[in-house]
Amino acid sequence: MAVKQAEHAVDFSRTFYTSLFDVQDGERFKNCIQCASCSGVCPYGYLMTMPPGKMIAYLRAEIFDKVLSNDTVWMCISCYACTEICPQNIPVTPGLMTRAKEELLLAGNVPNELQDALMNSQRYGNPLGESPRKRALWSKGLEPEITIMSKEKRPVDVLWFVGDYASYHPRIQITTKAFAEILNAVGIDFGILGPEENSDGDSQRLAGERGLFEMLAEKNGQSFSKYQFNQIVTTDPHAYNAIKNEYPALGISYPVQHYTQFIYERLDDLKPLLKGNGHTRVTYHDPCYLGRVNDIYEEPRKLLQAIPGVELTEMAHNRSTSLCCGGGGGGMWLDGFQWEKAHTRTTEWRVRESLSVGADVLAVACPYEAPRFEDAAKTIQGASSLAVKDVVELLLEAMEDDAY
Amino acid sequence: MNITAILKLVPDLVEELEIDDKGTGLDMDWLRLIINEFDDHAVEEAILLKERSEAEVTVIAPDAEGVDDVLYTAAAKGAEKLIKLTGDFEDGVNNHALARAVAHVLQNIQTDLILTGVQAHNDLDGSLGPLLAEYLHIPYAGYVSSVELNNGNAVIKKEYPGGLIGEYEVQLQAVLGIQAAEEPPRYVAVSKVRMAMKSATIEELEVGELDLSGGPEISRMFQPEVAERATMISGDDEEIASQLVEIFKEIGVL
Repeated sequence: MAVKQAEHAVDFSRTFYTSLFDVQDGERFKNCIQCASCSGVCPYGYLMTMPPGKMIAYLRAEIFDKVLSNDTVWMCISCYACTEICPQNIPVTPGLMTRAKEELLLAGNVPNELQDALMNSQRYGNPLGESPRKRALWSKGLEPEITIMSKEKRPVDVLWFVGDYASYHPRIQITTKAFAEILNAVGIDFGILGPEENSDGDSQRLAGERGLFEMLAEKNGQSFSKYQFNQIVTTDPHAYNAIKNEYPALGISYPVQHYTQFIYERLDDLKPLLKGNGHTRVTYHDPCYLGRVNDIYEEPRKLLQAIPGVELTEMAHNRSTSLCCGGGGGGMWLDGFQWEKAHTRTTEWRVRESLSVGADVLAVACPYEAPRFEDAAKTIQGASSLAVKDVVELLLEAMEDDAY
Repeated sequence: MNITAILKLVPDLVEELEIDDKGTGLDMDWLRLIINEFDDHAVEEAILLKERSEAEVTVIAPDAEGVDDVLYTAAAKGAEKLIKLTGDFEDGVNNHALARAVAHVLQNIQTDLILTGVQAHNDLDGSLGPLLAEYLHIPYAGYVSSVELNNGNAVIKKEYPGGLIGEYEVQLQAVLGIQAAEEPPRYVAVSKVRMAMKSATIEELEVGELDLSGGPEISRMFQPEVAERATMISGDDEEIASQLVEIFKEIGVL
């Protein structure tokens, strides 16, 4: 895999090390006890020549030239497993790993696959390289018609931030349409930005493109400020994380909920509509940016348990130890790179875990996940009958006429 | 060594193309513009040459919506000088006129090597490079995928059909039509482009009235029209033959 030669020397110097202290709680890098839990828990730590713990050791010993003498930092999928497990509460993901990617990116040392997604985000406001004008095309023909804010110009209760993959990816459009139906079923007054919505930018930020993140956030901020609404809701944990935790520092502050929180608050309205599809064994995969990063573990589970006939079973990695789908921190755009390094995917591991607990359905709550797990299921023996479904799809199925 | 890269913006095919009211061109209101892919490679090759040898890179582009961002991006990659040609470029312009305008500007700029994309998808009257070389009375080579500078000459690799590659030594000044840079065009971080916007300046040069002669006169521009569907004839040989005879009789060829 061609990673271009750095056009400028990558600056892993004392300046880089001290810049880590500027990150929230960054002073804690000094407190690292070298337990190597971060490197051990990292799903790709075993193949990094410089996993996080070792990187910290080298930085503190001022052996700067050895740090990032290779490209395996791009295997970091920003899943926060290292940050979660760290006994010293060091911000390993938002500090060390993200800053390292930023340095590499500024030096022009970016895997080609990732460049395309970043360029597309710059040009079109989405990493897929789709026409921004077609961002709301998924909603065409839906009844009742979905309110696009620029067309109707009226205040709404809820602004639905749809997100990139939810808008454009054919598999995720199924989830997106299901959420629209559920919003209608519980009588929510909502609207979407359509072409005025840009990528939330969070994964680009975690892939080291801070400037691009700010550009995208500013564009979204301008769009938000044009309309009246009481809160934002999104099906995308990355968008949720960006709007909740990152946008306020840029002066963009709005109350935001992930859809699992939003629907859970309205479960009493929804429950009478849920009929169930018979006995189904469902296991739930905690998305990193819902679970570990934002501590939302219970709402998705309670929604699943509200469906008659659903038996919820937990995989070995659950809640704060959930195993990343590999799509975070730029991983969504580094499939080839990851495969070349690892010759396996975290999704394959996860699908095997689902099978080992006898699940009929692997439930997810993030738009990165369904296509990634479905791809993995195709290659795992015995996984052909495993269904991968978003929580919202399962809720909708339980509302349909043939449910009982 | 002074290297000049010429780039132009072209319609971005990510959006559907619309025909204008006159029916002879694209509706510019609906267009999104993007750097011509081959010109992006020409800029990259210029920067690669600069990094390998002592060279200064000038990037020239005709005015278009969004061209400033493209020029600043070139500066963030390492171009020293940015020139925007201003004039009546609004409805697009043919390559004869653009080549004349660029040639005029280049007469006042010291340059040894001129790189441009070998083609663009909106070239209706030939590509820019050969026209430019003609007006400047200097050599041209196209389909170039590698350039080395050697004692004031350029040693180039030129691609031919069938996977053949020719190596030539070209006396400078010359115009090269770049098929592909030696490395894919690099990504520059948005923060670097934003810095370039603060530090670099775009020099604007008014080109005067454009001479469109030599370009095409378009009588009609239209979307591909769906042809009538083919009829599939099925059956055994006898049946097919007799059906064919019927059809031939019907259309009057038998």
